Amino acid sequence: MALQSLDIKRLSATTVPQTQIREPVTGTVAKLIDVSKCIGCKACQTACMEWNDLRDDIGHTTGIYDNPRDLTEHSWTVMRFTEYENPKGDLEWLIRKDGCMHCEDPGCLKACPSPGAIIQYTNGIVDFHEENCIGCGYCITGCPFNIPRLSKEDHRVYKCTLCSDRVAVGQEPACVKTCPTGAIMFGTKVDMQQQAADRVEDLKERGFANAGLYDPAGVGGTHVMYVLHHADQPELYHGLAKDPHISPLVSIWKGVTKPLAMIGIALAAFAGFFHYTRVGPNEVSEEDELEAHREAEEVQRRREGGQERTDETR
Amino acid sequence: MKHDSELRDVKGHRLIVRYTPNERTNHWITAITFVLLALSGLAMFHPSMAWLYAVFGGGQWTRILHPFVGCVMFISFMILALRFWHHNYLDKNDVQWMKQMNDVLTNREDRLPEIGKYNAGQKLLFFVMVASLVLLLVSGIVIWRRYFAFYFPITVIRLASVVHAATAFVLIVSIIVHIYAALWVKGSIGAMTRGTVTYGWARKHHPRWFREMIGK
Repeated sequence: MALQSLDIKRLSATTVPQTQIREPVTGTVAKLIDVSKCIGCKACQTACMEWNDLRDDIGHTTGIYDNPRDLTEHSWTVMRFTEYENPKGDLEWLIRKDGCMHCEDPGCLKACPSPGAIIQYTNGIVDFHEENCIGCGYCITGCPFNIPRLSKEDHRVYKCTLCSDRVAVGQEPACVKTCPTGAIMFGTKVDMQQQAADRVEDLKERGFANAGLYDPAGVGGTHVMYVLHHADQPELYHGLAKDPHISPLVSIWKGVTKPLAMIGIALAAFAGFFHYTRVGPNEVSEEDELEAHREAEEVQRRREGGQERTDETR
Repeated sequence: MKHDSELRDVKGHRLIVRYTPNERTNHWITAITFVLLALSGLAMFHPSMAWLYAVFGGGQWTRILHPFVGCVMFISFMILALRFWHHNYLDKNDVQWMKQMNDVLTNREDRLPEIGKYNAGQKLLFFVMVASLVLLLVSGIVIWRRYFAFYFPITVIRLASVVHAATAFVLIVSIIVHIYAALWVKGSIGAMTRGTVTYGWARKHHPRWFREMIGK
């Protein structure tokens, strides 16, 4: 009982309601990443490694600042560096901390076929429980942000947990705690939206007319949000999706079609059963056997007769 | 088929060989792998079937085994399909047979056109299975995370996931029909377990084939 959570909103591959009698009175939580304040120091990457006790392989320098080059099962957050020349001809260095967005409508959870491998807590955090993971990679297929990474060693997927273990005991995520410029903030989603609104106003005053909050409605909003100087062009930030949503193909694959298909399979079996009990089996009678014998014998006689005739003519 | 005239069942009915031992083994390897694939696939298909993971030793084992068993089924089925291919060409009689589905379902076979080795339903099922197996193999390779999925763009993987699930549904329903037909038409199961059918069975259900076999 002690480790049982009563704060589960949704469990993967589960069709009954979860334990959710406790609703967080302050609403859901959110991490706010103010891209305009980020200096690209990667302290958050280091804090993430430390807290989660993860060490990635030492990679190779490829001429850009991104290091490691991509998210891996060992690197749950990665700074993405983009050099952008704005219309005025000035260089802007856009640095986005990439990682799980903790969607309100998580595509990974929708796609997951293993009961309890993906959990959405009532506070909004989407967490993987790797002990239940079967390694199929369906979450990768379902994710609109290309986040989960499948380990080649233990065949389980990993991603940012939003430090669900820290949050559960009232602490902020490790990256938030360590960020030296205060670019990463954590609190209730409402507070973070307010914080973002103030900052967006600042940025607009300072010439970023299109500054705004990235909290995409296509996935029901996210529990990791960005303040962007160019909210009208999120693609600038290393291809951040402009209108992310669960792919219609994933919705067809994992939507109402599945229970309907189960009903269809059951109906096919029932149709057989009731056909048998209404119409009955199709049996061969003794009479059928006799007729078949007679026909076969006749054929044989005729053939032997023909044989004799040909012998005689010889 | 001279020796067939010597074959008789316990009641003294003369028998015709419908399937050779090799054909039967080939069929049952395909059938057993199908059952394993359907059960493991359904476990991943819908939460109501997730208890089937236990049959295969848990989720990880189900995920590991399913694609390998799938490859065995594909190879086994394709050998079977090549063996039976030439018996399954559709003709005009088959169209007439399909039109008289009501007579088929109410056991009034005497009203139907003369059937060869396979009736129109069996032929149709044959080609549904051929198409399904090809689609399942192709889409299955695309979503096989361990070895292949990383070669394909995400949209292709998503499409393959839909194709794999939809085709599996069609195949499972088709096989339910196939199994029911075998239970319904008495004497059919013996064809695939012992290899033989009685003269009466052959004449009643497949008269054209019967006449070929007795050399008319």
